[in-house]
Amino acid sequence: MDFTPHTDADVERMLATLGVADPAGLFGHLPAEVLLDHPLDLPQPMAELEVMRYLDGLAGLNRSGLVCFAGGGVYDHFLPPVVRALTLRPEFVTSYTPYQAEVAQGVLQALFEYQSMIAAITGLPVANASLYDGATAGLEAVNLAVAATGRRVVWVSRALHPHTREVIATLAHTRDLAVVEHPVVGGRTAWAPDAEGPPALVVLGQPNYLGVIEDYGAAATVARSTGALLAASVDPMLLGVLRSPGEAGCDIAFGEGQPLGNPMSFGGPVLGVFATTEALLRRMPGRLVGRTTDEAGRAAFTLTLRTREQDIRRERASSNICTNQTLNAIGAAVHLAWLGPGGLAEAGRQSIQKAHYLAGRLARVKGVRAANPAPFAREFAILTPVEPAEVVSAMGERGYLAGIPLSGDYPELPGGLLVAVTEQRTRDELDGYTAALEEVIADA
Amino acid sequence: MPEPGGRAVSSPLAAAGAEPTLDRISAPGRAAWSLPPLDVPAADLDLPESSAALPPLPELSERDLVAHFTRLASRNFAVDIGAYPLGSCTMKYNPKVADWAAEHPGFRDLHPSLPAELSQGALEVLLDTEAILCELTGMARATFQPPAGAAGELTGLLIMRAYHEAAGHPRRAIVIPDSAHGTNPASVTLAGYEAVHIPSNDRGMVDLAALRETMSAEVAGLMLTNPNTLGLFEEDICAIAAAVHEVDGLVYYDGANLNAILGVARPGDMGFDIVHSNLHKTFATPHGGGGPGSGPVAVVERLARFLPGPIPVRLPDGTAGWEVPDNSIGRVHGHQGNFLVVLRALAYMRALGGAGLRRVAERAVLNARYLEHLLAGAYDIPFPVPCMHEFVASAAAIKRATGVRAMDIAKSLLDLGFHAPTVYFPLIVDEALMIEPTETESPETVEALAAAMLDIAARAATEPDSVKGAPHRTPIGRPDDAAAARHPVLTWAMGD
Repeated sequence: MDFTPHTDADVERMLATLGVADPAGLFGHLPAEVLLDHPLDLPQPMAELEVMRYLDGLAGLNRSGLVCFAGGGVYDHFLPPVVRALTLRPEFVTSYTPYQAEVAQGVLQALFEYQSMIAAITGLPVANASLYDGATAGLEAVNLAVAATGRRVVWVSRALHPHTREVIATLAHTRDLAVVEHPVVGGRTAWAPDAEGPPALVVLGQPNYLGVIEDYGAAATVARSTGALLAASVDPMLLGVLRSPGEAGCDIAFGEGQPLGNPMSFGGPVLGVFATTEALLRRMPGRLVGRTTDEAGRAAFTLTLRTREQDIRRERASSNICTNQTLNAIGAAVHLAWLGPGGLAEAGRQSIQKAHYLAGRLARVKGVRAANPAPFAREFAILTPVEPAEVVSAMGERGYLAGIPLSGDYPELPGGLLVAVTEQRTRDELDGYTAALEEVIADA
Repeated sequence: MPEPGGRAVSSPLAAAGAEPTLDRISAPGRAAWSLPPLDVPAADLDLPESSAALPPLPELSERDLVAHFTRLASRNFAVDIGAYPLGSCTMKYNPKVADWAAEHPGFRDLHPSLPAELSQGALEVLLDTEAILCELTGMARATFQPPAGAAGELTGLLIMRAYHEAAGHPRRAIVIPDSAHGTNPASVTLAGYEAVHIPSNDRGMVDLAALRETMSAEVAGLMLTNPNTLGLFEEDICAIAAAVHEVDGLVYYDGANLNAILGVARPGDMGFDIVHSNLHKTFATPHGGGGPGSGPVAVVERLARFLPGPIPVRLPDGTAGWEVPDNSIGRVHGHQGNFLVVLRALAYMRALGGAGLRRVAERAVLNARYLEHLLAGAYDIPFPVPCMHEFVASAAAIKRATGVRAMDIAKSLLDLGFHAPTVYFPLIVDEALMIEPTETESPETVEALAAAMLDIAARAATEPDSVKGAPHRTPIGRPDDAAAARHPVLTWAMGD
């Protein structure tokens, strides 16, 4: 099947108007050496029902339906049906970037509301209309700080998400930036103020990748004393419970926005959250929606401060981003509006309470211990006597996605497994997880 | 003859009164949310860095929330409402079977850290899509990490740099034509290169002599869109690629216009080494109001060792797994890019198959050529070359005669129920209107679009002020962009 409406008669009539003999004739002016002289080796067309059966079959090869204890930025929160119902309105789904504001007020206003609510939860005055994901948002924070300070060194916590550090490293190599990693001691970053500098940016995770709540004050002191900007990678679902990065003195807050309004999606599409101060606004990467009026004085929304962007500024743009994650940002806006202040706080509080309950239960499992003593929020690292990849595999057979093995990214934590909890996990699931892990360790 | 579809009567967009922002309809004490009570004993945690106050979010009932976003939706044009001839963006119809696929719990609810043994289906999706993309483009391997076209460009440039570094010297410059998308030069800067611009000739194509002059051992490569942003196929493409290869440069294919050549010609056969595809253009995944997209990058065999890792691979035992290529440039995304967008594209590719994909190119070109034919006379067609899937018309003569500009014509089309074409791009055409009808519009719709544009051209002469004042029937008139930039109000708190 295809989705072109032309009948044979349509094609004949249009070709005749153009004086072209057949469809191949439309390409008659291409150099002969580039024209394919054979059909490509591609699958046969499928009817819609066949496509659905085929993909259903592939989905069946995934072990779906596991009770999820994996996090690392992507969490299994409760996503109310109303969020999907509104986000998936075809007017949002099938429109382009709102360059024609007169017929795009819906998307523009939804993005303005997204920006407003991200600013509200991060405690910073301005947020953009989304970036690709948490990791690339971290890279944009680095780019912004390097441009703003003229410095070429960046200090990152070793407990910042390993994938964020990897994405930063990919570009740091190209741009000849030095990335100095500060060690983790007992779960928290031990900033070394005499490291190579001065840094453009100090970056921490809050909570960090190991789930630990960092000391904002320590990071802020280091940033202040070196004249660096301060950025925190935050878990937006915890911002009803934890101090906002703005209040804590950060110049930039970024993070993986998936917990707001988006399914886990095998990691994409998700969205990068990015907020900053008014002082840094003109260096903000990505699109911004502003409120203005139209000629008749009516409230109107429009893309603004466009001179930062690639289609205007070209090689001097603040970022190369064009297409972003608008639909995911609309999902985040609908979800935040559904949660409100009370719901955001309660989802965060329950996630944290349940994580602590589980951590307490797991501490009593023979051979398991906490990876570090520091206070954590909704995620924590345990050390198991069994190779974590084997734990994940064996727990999978018992119906649980046990967590994320840490030993690849943190060889200093042999047996490390990162366990995440959301408000969706029931006491039965937490107890079931504990019993299953006990069994897996006993069997090993 | 059937009546034209694809034209939105203004009623879906008629919502005349502005919808208040969420903060204005918030009432303290209202709530939409509910959660079961905490079912574990509440511990007294006294966590550090706790917040003393709740964040200032709006408080709404679910009913008000639904009405609000539904009314916002009603103030937005979309492909599902009407034709969207936005050049360079390939706003074709987005099949609903792909929506079904992306909502399949067996894909949608997968955590990205699932080990390969528990996510074989997701890996198969990537491998199957990779095989189809590589066959269509004439490449050998692909990465799905780049979440959009610009990210694909950056990834491609980083691969170029890694290739030259492996040969001892990263080189300094990337050559791009003056008709390129703005993301090209912006990506070049991010990749640590200098953009060198070459002019187009009087046929709207790369000036081969000028290109040859820029070639040196400092040129890392060339970025090219083909068909180019004027909708014209670069007739010297093989010589262009050869000139770049002569200095051991690499040739990058910006896939923005791949729709025009599906199953007809392949970038790999033209001499391209690196190809990004915009799945949200060519492969019918919806654009979501500005994203998510997906910009997979495919490369020839000799560049596969530089791809961002991990990439999906077929293992000797027949299962699928992950592998980090030997000289990988490193990650460019936190996970595997916009996976569900790739899944949608696969649904589309599988439905169409090889024959259907070629038919896409044939009918995209047919519609564009037909529309160009219907408009010639009223609008200037600046280059005497048959167009591919889109064309650039110029309103320069109309402007000289009547004062009506390309932007006014675009805004008038909004009044007539169509989305506007891309305007003022590419930069090398005065008063440019870049029009891409796509293959999914019927001939009746294409004719109705032509009639609307001819009507506007005629009214430009007889009632120019009305055209300059357009749009008149949309939810708002032209916004005051200057005021928006002068006094930015980017959140409702800034507006108070």
